[in-house]
Amino acid sequence: MQKLVKKIKELTVNMGPQHPATHGVLRLVLELEGEVIKKCIPYIGYLHRGVEKLSEDLTYVQSLPLTDRMDYLSSMVNNVGFCIAVEKLIGIQVPERAKFIRTMMAEMARICSHLVWIATHALDIGAMTVFLYAMRDREYLLELFEMVTGARLTVSYPRVGGVRCDVNNEFLDKLYKFTDEFPKKVEEYETLIDRNRVWLKRTKGVGVITAKDAINWGLTGPTLRGSGVYYDVRKFFPYDAYDKVDFEVPLGKNGDIYDRYKCRMLEFRQSNRIIRQCIEKLPEGPILAENALRIRMPESPLKIDKRDIVFEIYTEDKQIQEFIQKFTEVYASVEAPRGELGYYIVCDSSSKPYRMRVRAPSFVHAGVLPKLCEGSLVADVIANIGSIDIVLGECDR
Amino acid sequence: MNPAEVVKKIKEQFPEEVLWFVCFRDECSIVVKKEKIKEILSYLKNAPGLEFDYLVDLSAVDYLGFRECRFDVVYHLMSIKYRHRIRVKALVPEQQCFIDSVTDLWATANWFERECFDMFGIEFKGHPDLRRILMPEDWNGFPLRKDYPVRSNLGDKEWETYKELKESAKAWKENAEAS
Repeated sequence: MQKLVKKIKELTVNMGPQHPATHGVLRLVLELEGEVIKKCIPYIGYLHRGVEKLSEDLTYVQSLPLTDRMDYLSSMVNNVGFCIAVEKLIGIQVPERAKFIRTMMAEMARICSHLVWIATHALDIGAMTVFLYAMRDREYLLELFEMVTGARLTVSYPRVGGVRCDVNNEFLDKLYKFTDEFPKKVEEYETLIDRNRVWLKRTKGVGVITAKDAINWGLTGPTLRGSGVYYDVRKFFPYDAYDKVDFEVPLGKNGDIYDRYKCRMLEFRQSNRIIRQCIEKLPEGPILAENALRIRMPESPLKIDKRDIVFEIYTEDKQIQEFIQKFTEVYASVEAPRGELGYYIVCDSSSKPYRMRVRAPSFVHAGVLPKLCEGSLVADVIANIGSIDIVLGECDR
Repeated sequence: MNPAEVVKKIKEQFPEEVLWFVCFRDECSIVVKKEKIKEILSYLKNAPGLEFDYLVDLSAVDYLGFRECRFDVVYHLMSIKYRHRIRVKALVPEQQCFIDSVTDLWATANWFERECFDMFGIEFKGHPDLRRILMPEDWNGFPLRKDYPVRSNLGDKEWETYKELKESAKAWKENAEAS
């Protein structure tokens, strides 16, 4: 026995940058002792395209397609977030119909993104069938996207002040049919996975994050709610039409991989519910704000609507007052499938954003990987990466 | 609690530190000196009634040529219990390009600060592992600074590792053609 113990060596293993289970170009350096991970160092940045720097050189509208390319699995939500931030900056009121369409589209994107997540996560752990089923259902939604926007992945559909084009009845009929059938399909996945003994062994009690840790590490979205913390941007700071539809926020209890999985499964049903309500309540009317086309971005946002602006400055220094009047800043966030996606825009009264900062949920979630992996087994790394659902394109920006 | 009340509370607690504050579209930003940033944030995190237990975002803005003090380090805080947000900005001059790290208060600040260092070259004192995160480790310059070009032919300033890679690729190709 003692001979055996002596044979355990420390070993450094490189996982990635292109490993099928890392869901993108992520490199993990694992220091192993036997099969237990002593240290885990993530390296990111292989997909860094400098979206923040590029948008400083482009106008607001030109920056919109760049946001597609960040989180390519749910580009609609990224677009909506960016538009909301710019609308907040220049003070445009979006018409009701556009709000409902955006909400509907954003939830479709959430379902699409979660479907890819369940597909790949289950594949990593060893379930092939779910992958095929989920991809089949995603295809239906992608075709619906194509019908309205002309694109499947990088949609660039919302505009500052509304959406690009209206939805037609054929689209709504097809989507309504989808909402009828989708809950049954979610049940189908659940029968395949939920009580599967391999699945339970791999996920129950693995990669536990307590509620306190989750807040401390800045997690958002289903990853946070799996630990039982009630925080959802849609409920806390409602945007678009989320205050006009009913939905619940599913919460986990233990904060392990299984709870995170369960949270997302329940979110499928809630998203489905929101889409259904949006179709039923969809009001008639314009889809683009009246002044949206007339607003020329070079104008200072302060000049556009000085009447309803809440703008207070508490300083007597003249230079600083001038400085503040030149630079205005807003932060707007949306609930992306992965968590809180925030845009912080500093405007210098010109047509281009002076600074655009993206608070990417994947970036924060990738930072928690060492904490999740250290002390666990090598095989659990793969389950952990899948459970926090990162997209490296968003992580690196 | 609305942001104006938060500002009032901080002003009472740190009268010397708060320089000015701005409210725009229901969002308040407090601008403070950088020396006591850790104490201010720790107060915001722990004081009853405020409890900003959530660090939403940490980034920086470069105001080259617009203001004496070049950088702003921007903290977005939120409280899950009370559902309020606040923005705190600390002024960092170019000559003393450092600020205290807040990794002790929020673990999530770790990666945010590394990114901020990578992109702006602002040092965070007391950070456990301050390395580049998005750019390669031997990269020259800080990309998000305003004096770093968006597009240009870098010429001699090109990234050393990439130059080596190109040369080795060229040599390999020549070898392959010769043989």
